[in-house]
Amino acid sequence: MTVKVLTANRLTDGEAVWLGANGEWLDHIDGALIARHAEAVSALEEAGKAAIKSNLVIDVNVIDVEERGTSLYPIRLRERIRQLGPTIRLDLGKQAEKPSANAA
Amino acid sequence: MYRYDEFDHAFVSARVEQFKDQVERRLAGELTEEQFRPLRLMNGVYLQLHAYMLRVAIPYGTLSSRQMRKLAHIARHYDRGYGHFTTRQNLQYNWPALADMPKVLDELASVEMHALQTSGNCIRNVTADHFAGAAADEVADPRPYAEILRQWSSMHPEFSYLPRKFKIAVTGAERDRAAIQVHDIGLQLKKNEAGELGFAVYVGGGQGRTPMVAKKVRDFLPVEDLLTYTTAIVRVYNLNGRRDNKYKARIKILVHETGTEEIIRQIEAEWEAIRDTDLKMPQRDIDAIDEYFRAPNLAQRPEGWSKLASERKADPAFARWVDQNVTPHKNPDYGVVTISLKPIGGIPGDATDAQMDLVAEIAEKFSQDEIRVSHEQNLVLPHVAIADLRIVYDLLLTDGLATANAGLITDIIACPGLDYCALANARSIPVAQRISERFGSPERQSDIGELKIKISGCINACGHHHVGHIGILGVEKKGEELYQISLGGSGDEICTIGDITGRGFSSEEIVDAVETIVDRYLEIRADKEESFLATYRRLGAAPFKNALYGETANAA
Repeated sequence: MTVKVLTANRLTDGEAVWLGANGEWLDHIDGALIARHAEAVSALEEAGKAAIKSNLVIDVNVIDVEERGTSLYPIRLRERIRQLGPTIRLDLGKQAEKPSANAA
Repeated sequence: MYRYDEFDHAFVSARVEQFKDQVERRLAGELTEEQFRPLRLMNGVYLQLHAYMLRVAIPYGTLSSRQMRKLAHIARHYDRGYGHFTTRQNLQYNWPALADMPKVLDELASVEMHALQTSGNCIRNVTADHFAGAAADEVADPRPYAEILRQWSSMHPEFSYLPRKFKIAVTGAERDRAAIQVHDIGLQLKKNEAGELGFAVYVGGGQGRTPMVAKKVRDFLPVEDLLTYTTAIVRVYNLNGRRDNKYKARIKILVHETGTEEIIRQIEAEWEAIRDTDLKMPQRDIDAIDEYFRAPNLAQRPEGWSKLASERKADPAFARWVDQNVTPHKNPDYGVVTISLKPIGGIPGDATDAQMDLVAEIAEKFSQDEIRVSHEQNLVLPHVAIADLRIVYDLLLTDGLATANAGLITDIIACPGLDYCALANARSIPVAQRISERFGSPERQSDIGELKIKISGCINACGHHHVGHIGILGVEKKGEELYQISLGGSGDEICTIGDITGRGFSSEEIVDAVETIVDRYLEIRADKEESFLATYRRLGAAPFKNALYGETANAA
């Protein structure tokens, strides 16, 4: 099933982050706050605006992801690459900490 | 090489201080992102998919060893140990933190470098022939004029908010190695019948979503009129260029919609009003800049040719590298060496900090302390004695920098694409890597001969796909990467925009499709001397379309 999560880049270093269920911005998509219906998506959008105002993140976007068992799989390749790192440098980005992942 | 005067030092230092303050205010929350974004862009700081990106200007692609070492140092200490040389002769760092940017700019300023004019709707970093000052076929060195344009355009109050970005390229030879006809202004240095130096002036070229070949607006412009005439062109554009639609805002659209004759009339009228003003350059001012680019005093090294003959005989791999990567120098005892940043299966344009340091060391010892960056994403050692080629080759070999493929099918231009770029729709680099691996054998490459493949991951065409002999454009269709092929493009003096072949190919299919095109070329070329581009120009698209899509493809 396709659901939505909120993603952004951290202000200080530009690193891709996702809004967690605990209200913190997480370095990995696991544990991201999932919106399953329109009201929840609106809440995500509001949270995004608040985060921009509080100066933590930039380039905030609601994105489509698929729930696959316990993990979240972004629908667009762009988002899968953001989640992991450059597909041509597996030693860089978040995938360097999680070597089993594969964006493409 | 150009050296900063007191004004330049003060100007760049002031910009670093100003940006440092802006970054501090942004991190403290005193500036919003909306307020800060145009400020960071004016200092070369972009946001990509994984991090910020800093684009460093390398004016007309010229670097000293000291500057290259500084680029290596920044890669090592503020980034992830590498940098990416771009099709605009710039360098991009893919991972710097925002808080470090002022320090990085400070480091750059210490070696007379900066990130100005690498973004925004201003006159961008001026590019030039990467063989400038060295090539045997050169009429005059284009870099003094590129430097004059740089000084004139930096923070130009009238031209800081143009309808869109504005790119100028200068070449000093009949053979266009700077792709001037796909720039907003292209300048070709030439001599008139009286032996005076001037420019053929082209306006309104560009790639992007609406590719156009520039129109020649003047066959000969005396060098003293460079700034008055350029001012006239940019003024006409600034006044009449469209600001209602960003996709129609480049000067190429204005030229197209206005018509060449009328645009020339407008430029000439504007020029008449200003041609004898302060911007008309006295010869002594040109000479003062020219002096910075005076050709180095090269020692006579006639022993090189006999030495080279025996070295070539002893090592076929070295001979292949000399044939492919060394081009004629003005001085017959010397050669111009292209250092390929396209190892087989590698990432086009990437160089590690150690490779940058090595190139700096080689340039210092064997190339008069000079390095060039080419728009084809390679590095160049402009002044290497023929007698030193073997030792330079051996040094390059130690860190994977001696790939003998300049101008061949594996010398591929590729933009960063979706692996890094926030604008991209598809990946470019992995396609380049797979094509490079497919055609990587030296014998096969050599048999195919000159063939320029250029790949972009979106319609903005940073990978110059429109002027690739084989151009590849990545798009996103139904969530998948799809690659469109165009054929017959060329960015040289006979400039053409490639023709799209037809339906696109999936990521799995694209390398096979390129191979199909190349195999058809090998079948139908008149002889081994006929290049891919010449064959395409002789026979057109039909044989290639037939090979890709079958005989019915041309029926419609």
